[in-house]
Amino acid sequence: MTFPSSTATDAAAESADTAGTAGSGSAVVGRSPGQLMWRRFRRDKTGVVSAIIVLAFFLIALLAPVIAALYGKDPYTTYGQNQPGLLNEFGYPIAPNGGMSGEFWFGLEPGLGRDVFMQLVYGIRTSLSIAVIVTVVSTIIGIVMGITSGYIGGKTDYVIGRVIDTLLAFPSQLFLIVFLPVVEAAFVLPEEETPVWLRYVSICVVLTVLGWATIARLLRAQVLSLRAREFVEAARVTGASPARVIFKELLPNLWTPIIIQATLALPLYVGAEAGLGFLGVGMTEPTPDWGRMFQVGANVYHSDVTYLLFPGVSMLIFVVAFNLLGDSIRDAFDPRTKR
Amino acid sequence: MTSYLVRRVAGALVILIIISAITFYLFYAVPRDPARAFCGKICQPETLALIRHNLGMDEPLFVQYWHWLVGIFAGREFVQFGSCPAPCLGYSFATQEPVFSAIVDRFPVTLSLTLGASVVILAFGILTGMIAAWKVGQPLDKIASSSSVIGASLQIYFVGPLLAFYLVDTMQLIPRPSYVPITENPLDWFTHLMLPWVVLSIIFTANYTRMTRSQMVEQLAEDYVRTARAKGMSSRTVFFRFAWRGAMIPIITIFGVDLATLLGGAIITEQTFSLHGIGELAVRAVQNTDLPMLLGVTIVGAAAIVLLNIVVDVLYAFIDPRVRLS
Repeated sequence: MTFPSSTATDAAAESADTAGTAGSGSAVVGRSPGQLMWRRFRRDKTGVVSAIIVLAFFLIALLAPVIAALYGKDPYTTYGQNQPGLLNEFGYPIAPNGGMSGEFWFGLEPGLGRDVFMQLVYGIRTSLSIAVIVTVVSTIIGIVMGITSGYIGGKTDYVIGRVIDTLLAFPSQLFLIVFLPVVEAAFVLPEEETPVWLRYVSICVVLTVLGWATIARLLRAQVLSLRAREFVEAARVTGASPARVIFKELLPNLWTPIIIQATLALPLYVGAEAGLGFLGVGMTEPTPDWGRMFQVGANVYHSDVTYLLFPGVSMLIFVVAFNLLGDSIRDAFDPRTKR
Repeated sequence: MTSYLVRRVAGALVILIIISAITFYLFYAVPRDPARAFCGKICQPETLALIRHNLGMDEPLFVQYWHWLVGIFAGREFVQFGSCPAPCLGYSFATQEPVFSAIVDRFPVTLSLTLGASVVILAFGILTGMIAAWKVGQPLDKIASSSSVIGASLQIYFVGPLLAFYLVDTMQLIPRPSYVPITENPLDWFTHLMLPWVVLSIIFTANYTRMTRSQMVEQLAEDYVRTARAKGMSSRTVFFRFAWRGAMIPIITIFGVDLATLLGGAIITEQTFSLHGIGELAVRAVQNTDLPMLLGVTIVGAAAIVLLNIVVDVLYAFIDPRVRLS
């Protein structure tokens, strides 16, 4: 990696660096920036705990089928309707606390009588997968647009800049729900039922289209300032191709803002996706969805408030842990920042 | 000042025309057109053609867009459907009413909600942020900072029903949220909107606490603060007379940016408490695929944000004497 400091120094630092990564026992052990970050991060207790919690959520999402097999239930079967004695005549769980028991850990969904624990596990799987896809794709688009805009400048910069400004100035929640039916209508005839995968894809598309501008604007500003620095100029004077300048000189210096932005964005996308589910324009039945659980919870809270607590508390834990993790990563990358 | 305003408004109009053109194109280029929806299940091609003609949908897209633009100033007549007086933003076939009047009906709800929430956000966020900065490093600061982390991570659709359950259903402390026009009964207007205001502002308040705190801490390290202290001014005076002014400038800027997000939050809050505002109108329009309504709501939402941003920029010049509008 070419950092401004290491371009100034010569091969000596370079070799010390490689020696350090190889782990050979020389007197002065050089450490790569990555290693330094890792060491700083490990010392931050809040960061480590948050990282474990966040990892646990991702594991739950990944291993949902395994959890289902061990638990012995699935998110689709309407247990409450199939077995008598679980739901009362109004469709609410008979047992106290939303029907929590040894058999149904988190109780039963009022009405359909599905297992809440399974709904939640698979719902987290749906929501997190959307959030991860959107974060990755919008970050990549943001990187491409930001670097293009900042590096090429001129008219390209002007056009991309205006697009970014426009996207950032508008109420994205409104655009989100407005453009979902449009994206779908472009593929499905009005008579047909929208397939599940199409809803999934259109949510990803709309969130990505409205999401890339933030990181693009940030990277554009970073590239503008980096472009004027000596090490980039030196590379250009020595005849480096634009591709080399971008990938070897600029990009290594942009990883920190990129990773910080991505960690900020992911919980926001989880919230936005859940918001769609809550508004009734997100993932459709019967696909389990974290956000739609809030919709059900908001409909039944007068009689059964327990149901709402599971998606709510789990999302609160996830978002708090992810935000704290983001803060710790920021500190690890850039020890100068004060909070 | 006047020329600045004229230029800003002209720029805003250009942006709005671009947005409406793109939205219009996206909406009317898709095969799910309102004529087909209106025609019903057994749809004769002739009937469909007639409906399309009456709606002016048999013309090229840009001509349709032109009619739509002209309709805003001149109004439109839809044969067999009804008239749509100026300013006509289109005619909703799902609800059988002009889009503009539907939006006007619901506007006071959304306005009351967002204005009230803005007051809560700014007052409470800045207050707690200043307390945290005043007691920096002390327990009170720690409490304010860590509760703001949790506050910022909360979701409206979780806190809303939860608070409604405990405060309204169980303890019956406050009335069930609804909209009472302020002209009818200001007290009822206030008490019935209290819960929605608090819920909508929770997430934002936490952010403003954090921002105010860090801004104040930064300001207190500035030279002018040191000078004032060296002159013998008490730290209380410096804090409450000088430093907070400097801290407010970035806060106002960020508030301008947040207005768009606040409107988005209002949509979810309206849905949470079944308030019949513009957000709820949009959600219902999505469920009915009511494209003319969605187009109208989008344009009005965009126009509101653009206008409010101009207002914020002008306010900015009043607060910070260094800013010259030009």
